[in-house]
Amino acid sequence: MSMDSAIASTDQRFGLRRSVRLPGPLRLDSGASLTPVDIAYETYGTLNAQGSNAILICHALTGDQFVASQHPVTGKPGWWTRAVGPGKPIDPERHFIVCANVLGSCLGSSGPASTDPATGEPYAMRFPVITIADMVRAQAMLLNHLGVEQLAAVVGGSMGGMQALVWPTLYPDRVRAVLVIASTARHSAQNIAFHEVGRQAIMADPRWHGGDYYASGDSPSAGLAVARMAAHITYLSEAGLTEKFGRKLQAREAKTFGFDADFQVESYLRHQGISFVERFDANSYLYITRAMDYYDLAEDHDGSLARAFSETRARFCLISFDTDWLYPTAESRVIVHALHAAGREVSFVELASPYGHDAFLLDAPDMNRVIDGFLRACE
Amino acid sequence: MSLLRPDLAVIADHIPDGARVLDVGCGDGALLSDIRLRKQADVRGLEIDPANVAAAVGRGLPVVQGDADTDLGYYPDKSFDFAILSQTLQTTRRPDKVVEELLRIGKQAFVSFPNFAHWRGRLSLLWGGRMPVTRLLPERWYDTPNIHHLTIDDFRALVRERGWTIDAQWFLNDERTTGSANANLFAEHAVFLLHA
Repeated sequence: MSMDSAIASTDQRFGLRRSVRLPGPLRLDSGASLTPVDIAYETYGTLNAQGSNAILICHALTGDQFVASQHPVTGKPGWWTRAVGPGKPIDPERHFIVCANVLGSCLGSSGPASTDPATGEPYAMRFPVITIADMVRAQAMLLNHLGVEQLAAVVGGSMGGMQALVWPTLYPDRVRAVLVIASTARHSAQNIAFHEVGRQAIMADPRWHGGDYYASGDSPSAGLAVARMAAHITYLSEAGLTEKFGRKLQAREAKTFGFDADFQVESYLRHQGISFVERFDANSYLYITRAMDYYDLAEDHDGSLARAFSETRARFCLISFDTDWLYPTAESRVIVHALHAAGREVSFVELASPYGHDAFLLDAPDMNRVIDGFLRACE
Repeated sequence: MSLLRPDLAVIADHIPDGARVLDVGCGDGALLSDIRLRKQADVRGLEIDPANVAAAVGRGLPVVQGDADTDLGYYPDKSFDFAILSQTLQTTRRPDKVVEELLRIGKQAFVSFPNFAHWRGRLSLLWGGRMPVTRLLPERWYDTPNIHHLTIDDFRALVRERGWTIDAQWFLNDERTTGSANANLFAEHAVFLLHA
């Protein structure tokens, strides 16, 4: 045992800020294939001798692999330290935790900013359009590399929840439990509409140049910031915005009768937009939002969500938040009903929170209790 | 031995080992937890209150938040050996439809409810002229979750009318089981086991 862990600790595959170049090819839903496939990831904890304690955490649209470690660009702590860490429901003392940057993203995994081996130039818009299922296939390739045959659980919120739902449909034998938070089984017309606003903002920025901006040292940051601002509104609730900002003015006594950020909420959104462009690539934003819009779990199973789950063997747990209007509780219920129809074991709870969609990233003691109970029951 | 509420203890004692059980209105999962442990039952729960669901899932039970009035339709026919509705019938909007659903989903159903024709309630209404507030029914008329008050004889009449079959029945008084003679007058609670 001690020998094993000694080997594990020196094994370069494991630890923080890892990356691997896998030869592939990764066959994509579009029909294209990708080779090689770069995957940037982190692992926490140690895979036990039986290989039975692995948990894959899937991140959201603009998330990253730094789930519980400091972000190298922003210097901020990991995005889910409330749920992941010593004494937390997902605990490196008990679990071997893997979090990988999704395919198409810009934190080290293959995406539009990666070099196209055919040209030696960045792919830009020549990167193949990817899907949520493609992201999952890339994660499975990573797990092969790490020697993880079966996951104790796959866990994700928002777009991470979409990946978590796809996992057992593609690899029924490789996952024992699926935890889906604030997510959905398909992107609705409204979801697609908001994403299209963001994409058009990027593409309308003259510095986008059809995606070929990498060599210029410039980027469509204004467009990307607007995309982020629009999206950020959908992550919050009206009540939350009202409570935080109301109609309060930003560092001034009166309205200026101009178009400066008079209101605090404007200033806040501008800040969200500006800080986002420092850490995210505009083309990645296009590709990942496209993948989410293409996502419809039932579509690949003759329109039947229950059929999508018919081959799965995992236990499922879904959590929604009452103020989340991006992926409202009704979307989770659709999944629960399909799982019932498929005869699967499922837990579901709608938790109260003032924070809207982002609630899963914030302090939610009830959420931690549910995650902990569900994961322990599956151990 | 078990610390279950008396009507739940009756139900738990009559669940055979390894049964597939759906508890509709399972609260924090006390019954499910007990029969999973003692009877190795394959259990599922449905519960309307989110705090109760969080507590039940937190103890490792597969429980879904939902409403007995609207969410039972999504369970397949005869997908459980037993469907349980304990002290929830009187809170539903359409109790008859809920029992109908129970008997569709479960091969058999346990239904337990407080008997509103118990003599104390009758006296209180007869002499006091007010809706009864008792130890077991402590809420007043305006804040009670019980929106369909029924008696044991009412339930028997419904069973007859719908052509269902009663397989067993238990009556509880003062937390003990009591005889079925004059149950409608003397029992505080009833537990029925029935099938369609």
